[in-house]
Amino acid sequence: MFEVRIHGRGGQGVVTATEMLSVAAFEEGRHAQAFPSFGSERTGAPVVAFCRIDDKEIRLREPIMEPDAIIIQDPTLLHQIDVFAGLKPDGYVLINSSHSSEALGLGELLKKIKPQRFCTLPAAELGLKHIGRPIPNAPLLAGFAALSGIIKLESVIKAINERFSGKIAEGNIAAATEAYQLVKKKMEERVHA
Amino acid sequence: MLKQIEGSKAVAEAIALCRPEVICAYPISPQTHIVEALGAMVKSGELTPCEFINVESEFAAMSVAIGSSAAGARSYTATASQGLLFMVEAIYNASGLGLPIVMTVANRAIGAPINIWNDHSDSLSQRDSGWMQLFAENNQEALDLHIQAFRLAEELSMPIMVCMDGFILTHAFERVDIPSQEQVDAYLPKFEPRQVLDPGEPITIGAMVGPEAFMEVKYLAHAKQMQALGLIPKLAEEFRQQFGRDSGGLVRTYRAEDAETMIIAMGSVLGTIKDVVDEMRDEGHKIGVLGIISYRPFPQREVRAALVNCKRFLVLEKSLAVGMGGIVATDVRMAVTGTGLKGFTAIAGLGGRPIPKASLHKLFVEVEKESLPPVSFVDLDWEAVNKQLEREKQTRRSGPIAENILHDKGIVSAGTFG
Repeated sequence: MFEVRIHGRGGQGVVTATEMLSVAAFEEGRHAQAFPSFGSERTGAPVVAFCRIDDKEIRLREPIMEPDAIIIQDPTLLHQIDVFAGLKPDGYVLINSSHSSEALGLGELLKKIKPQRFCTLPAAELGLKHIGRPIPNAPLLAGFAALSGIIKLESVIKAINERFSGKIAEGNIAAATEAYQLVKKKMEERVHA
Repeated sequence: MLKQIEGSKAVAEAIALCRPEVICAYPISPQTHIVEALGAMVKSGELTPCEFINVESEFAAMSVAIGSSAAGARSYTATASQGLLFMVEAIYNASGLGLPIVMTVANRAIGAPINIWNDHSDSLSQRDSGWMQLFAENNQEALDLHIQAFRLAEELSMPIMVCMDGFILTHAFERVDIPSQEQVDAYLPKFEPRQVLDPGEPITIGAMVGPEAFMEVKYLAHAKQMQALGLIPKLAEEFRQQFGRDSGGLVRTYRAEDAETMIIAMGSVLGTIKDVVDEMRDEGHKIGVLGIISYRPFPQREVRAALVNCKRFLVLEKSLAVGMGGIVATDVRMAVTGTGLKGFTAIAGLGGRPIPKASLHKLFVEVEKESLPPVSFVDLDWEAVNKQLEREKQTRRSGPIAENILHDKGIVSAGTFG
């Protein structure tokens, strides 16, 4: 079982992101379970949502406490709440930010996790560029696909098409595709560095 | 057709396939997405003929359902928590009149303190209302139980609640198999009411009944639920034949064959329990599970049969009978009267408190050792409880309990003024 936790703020589409991730996994014939943290969400308040992916039926209903991957939609949360709580030693971290890990003050974290499992991605900028709004959802899911290989880009695109249509779907797909390439490139550079 | 969708959406699609003619509902979390989706289907014409009636309260929702059901229309509503409590008088009328209304309860705690999260307090508070209550373990079962519920309700002319865990199921995206309209039509015949308000053949429904006949009417409500004990497994079997999967029934056991310790529960927590039991079986523990699907009628015979060969059992329930202990546990203990079995009760998950595997593992080992008190509270913060008890001992004006506990736990918004 692979467990993903997404942190963000109300209005950023945190819950939608986990739901789309579950749809992407479903498109690959896998079992997936997405669920929110069940808070009384308000715009701007910290929000967390979860997604489990497995090859068999998922029966477990506890919140994800030891995730295999953490996606952070809003970097201002990094120093507000313990977003990395319980992250497995070989877990993945993807952060929506145009800054480097050093600039984000994450030196300590990087000592603990493997460099090939960490990436920042200017997802809000990609959203603004392709969708016209700084919604980091689709780019982050595609970035996660590139970083982890747990799901394919084409599955993310299918999930986007299931949720959106017309121009919004097109924009999200363009943002996702660019994000995927960007993360792939970063990871390759890291391997060759 | 397999779909990856939200539990609420899956239930809405199942309801639509059952061809309801009247849907009346008032939104309340975590039920809202179900009736929103149905409202959209009626508006778009996808669900027709069906009238969606916006009402001004839950009391009105149940009152409208009573009227439309009495007029011979297949009627559906949904609610949760305070909404269920607000319709209580009408709930008793619906069952007292024998009207086969189907209602989803997206199980949620009851305030005060106000809390939108899941437990089973709401529908269990209506234990004796005369409504049947079925509990879903996952979204597939929630969907399937609704289809069976219309059959059951209309066959007996009695109302039924299909209970699904609020948020945990209603808001979870998971894989469900949505049946075709043809399959559902083959399973669920057109509504043939046993009583109907028809201007062509005028009758009254809702007579005043005095001491000379009241007990007989009430006994018949009980007799119908006893009939349901036979009908529920039969409908589940027919469902299996039509749809090709096991869903519903009275109870379901898991790894119970040679179990010395049995864990009993209702709803979605059964999934987590099964995972823990698998792990413990791997470690050599002889432990099994009994899931109760039909809470009302309560299947005493089946519960007894499932437990009679074990040595001890634990009822894990998301409800608390204040001043007594367990609600489900009381029924289970009644079912095993005379067996000499050792029974324990654990109250867990109230107001949405997570029920983690680790806590269950620890609890189940203690059950095995029989080292638990008769009633225990899973992951209760005793420090917070004792601090408040001490405060009440020391100070006459000890203040509001909920605010004190929030303050002690450092929840910022609950700080004292001044």
